[in-house]
Amino acid sequence: MERKLITGNQAAALAARDSGVEVVAAYPITPSTPVVEEIARMVESGEMDARLILVESEHSAMAACIGASASGSRVFTATSSHGLAYMHELLHYAANARTPVVMAVANRAIGPGWNIWADLGDTMSQRDTGWIQFYCSSNQEIYDTVVMAYRVAEDRQVLLPAMVCYDGFVLSHTAMPVVTGIGEFLEEYRAPWKVDFDEPETFGNILSSDYYMELRKDVFESHRKAIRIIKKTEEAFESLTGRYSPLLLEKYMLDDAETAIVAIGAIASESKIAVRKLRRDGKKVGLLRIKCFRPFPSTDVVEALESVDTAVVIDRSISPGHEGQLFSEIKSALYSSRNRPEIIGKVAGLGGRDVTFRAIEKAVCGEFRDGWINEVVV
Amino acid sequence: MKISDIPEKEYLLPGNAACHGCASSMCLRTVLKAIGKRTVLVVPASCTSVYQGMFPGSAIDVPVFNTVFAASASTASGIKASLEKKGVDATVVVWAGDGGTYDIGLQALSAAAERNEDILYVCYNNEMYSNTGVQRSGATPYGAWTTTTWSGKKEHRKDVAEMMIAHDIPYVATASAGYLTDLYKKIRKAKNVKGFRYVEILAPCPPGWKYPMDRTVEMGRMAVETGMWILYEYENGEFRLTGLSKAIAEGKRELKDVEEYLLAQGRFAHLSQKDIGAIREYVERRWSNLAKLAGGVHAASAEFYV
Repeated sequence: MERKLITGNQAAALAARDSGVEVVAAYPITPSTPVVEEIARMVESGEMDARLILVESEHSAMAACIGASASGSRVFTATSSHGLAYMHELLHYAANARTPVVMAVANRAIGPGWNIWADLGDTMSQRDTGWIQFYCSSNQEIYDTVVMAYRVAEDRQVLLPAMVCYDGFVLSHTAMPVVTGIGEFLEEYRAPWKVDFDEPETFGNILSSDYYMELRKDVFESHRKAIRIIKKTEEAFESLTGRYSPLLLEKYMLDDAETAIVAIGAIASESKIAVRKLRRDGKKVGLLRIKCFRPFPSTDVVEALESVDTAVVIDRSISPGHEGQLFSEIKSALYSSRNRPEIIGKVAGLGGRDVTFRAIEKAVCGEFRDGWINEVVV
Repeated sequence: MKISDIPEKEYLLPGNAACHGCASSMCLRTVLKAIGKRTVLVVPASCTSVYQGMFPGSAIDVPVFNTVFAASASTASGIKASLEKKGVDATVVVWAGDGGTYDIGLQALSAAAERNEDILYVCYNNEMYSNTGVQRSGATPYGAWTTTTWSGKKEHRKDVAEMMIAHDIPYVATASAGYLTDLYKKIRKAKNVKGFRYVEILAPCPPGWKYPMDRTVEMGRMAVETGMWILYEYENGEFRLTGLSKAIAEGKRELKDVEEYLLAQGRFAHLSQKDIGAIREYVERRWSNLAKLAGGVHAASAEFYV
C-alpha cells in the first residue's frame, strides 16, 4: 500500500494497472484524456503489462474492448461525453455480449455549445444499456471502484460491463491523497468461454424472439443478482485492504435525520459539508449517497429513507420533458412504501456550474422555491 | 494449381442459408479452406450474418464473432491483441461486405490498416447492400439499378483496394468469384504475411444483379474479361497485375467490350449507349491508373482498351 497525491484520472489509470488489465483500447477526449496518456506512458515504460490499441474513435475503442474481452482478456477503457455518446451502439452490444468491460467515465456535458465541464447527463443517458454504473465522490473511490468493478463485473452470476463515473475536472483533474495497492483482491480473469478451434462456437448470430427475450431477461436478472455481489465485494475489499469504499450506497448522519439530502457523484461529497454545517445549526439533516445507479438499490433506498420526513434529491443531469433522473428513480423506489417521505427534486451544477455547500444548504432549507439550484452561492 | 489441389475439408458447412448462386458463400468456403482450422472469423452485419444460420446452429466451423456494422476492423484488432497476449496462434479474419467496408466501416478499416494490425481483412464486394435488399453502396457502379437508385446510379464507384494501396500495407490483392483457385492462392499467401492484409473479391449477387443463379462464376469471369474488375496484387510496395488481367495487359488476351457484361445483368438493362460509353471511359481510366502503378512492364496496358 502506498499513499500518493494524484488526480482522479491518474487514480483510474493506476487502478487499471493494478487490476492486471491485459488489453486497453482507447481514444482521448477531455476530461478523461489523461487516463489514456498515463496508460500509454506506463505501457511504454513497462510499468503496465498490457496491449494498448490506439484506435481512431470511441466506437472502435469499445468494439476492440468487446473483441478482446470476448477472447478472454481483462480490458479497460476511458471516455467522456461525446465519446460515450459515440459508443452508444457498442454499450448495448457489450451488455448483451456479456463482456465484463470496465470503463472509467469522467462525466462531462454534451454540446452544443461545447462544454467540457462536469455534468452527469452523458452517463445518465446510457442508463438503459445494461451497464452497471458506479458514481464516485473522491479520487480514492475512483481507484477502489475500478478495482472492485472488475470483481463485480466478472462474477459468473453477473458478467456485465461496468462504468466507473466521476465528475469531470471536479474529480478528474483535482489532486487528492489516494492509497493505492490491492494486494490479492483480484484473481486472473477466467472468461466463461474461450476461442476453441476444436469445438468452435459462433458468437452473436441471429437470435429468434424466443431466445432474445430470454437473453434480455437474463441480463435483467443478473443486474438484480449484482446487488448482493456488490455488497459482498464491498465487504471483501474492506477486509482485505482495510479501506471502506461504499459500492452500493452510503448513509451519512442519517440515523436520526428528519431531512435527507439524496445526491450522487461529487455533489454528494459537497453535501456532506452542508450536512455538518446544518447539524451545527441544530437541524437534523443527513445524506443518502447513491453510489450504484444501475442496478438501482431500491430496497436499500427505501430502508434508508422511510424514517425521514423530507428527502431533497439533487441531480446533476436532467431528462428534458420530465425531471432529474435520480429524482425519478428515488420516487419510483419509494412509491410502494407506506412511510414514504415528501420528496423534492432539485437540479444543480449542469455543465460544470459550481455547486457549493452553501447552495446545497439553501436548497435544503427551502430558500430556492423551484427545482433549480442556479445560483452559485459563495 | 488445379482446383482439385484445394483441401476437401469444409469449414463452411453445406445446407447454410445463402441464396442459390451466392458468390459470397462460395468464396468464404474457399477462404476458410485456404486458412484452415486456426481461424477466428469476425463478421459485421451482412449477408454472412444471415447465411451462417440461426442460434443455436451455425454453418461456420471455426470460431466466429459477429459484430456491429461499423466496427469489424476494430473488433478484430481487439481479438488479435487479446489472443497475442494469451499466446494463442490464430489468423484473425474479417469477412465483410462492401457496405461494411466501403461505407459504414471505412473509418475503422483505414485506422486498423494504418496501425498495421496483424489481421486479414477480406471484403466480398457485391457492389450493393444485398442484405437489406439491394440498395446503392459506394461500390455500386455507374448506371446500376438498385432500390435507392431506381433510374440508375449517377456516380462511379470508389475503390477501397486502391485506398489500401495508398495505406502502404504489406499485402493488397483483388480476386473474383470467377477464379477460385486464384482467390485460394492469394489467401494462402496473405495468411503468411505479417501485418495488415486486404483482399477484395468481386462477388456477383444473382438477386441484386438480376441474372440467373447458375451464372455467378460466369459473371465473375466476364467482369475480369471486360476490364470492369482488375486482378492484381500489391506486395511489399510492388504492384503487379495477375491472372487474366495480366494476360490482357501483356497483350496475350483480348479485352472484351463491357457491353456484353452489362447487358447480361438486369440491373443494367435500362442503360443507354451514352451510359455504356460513360462506363467504357471509366474502365479505360482505371486501366490507365493501374498501368501507372504497374510501372514499365505494363505501361502499355492503358492502350489496350482504346
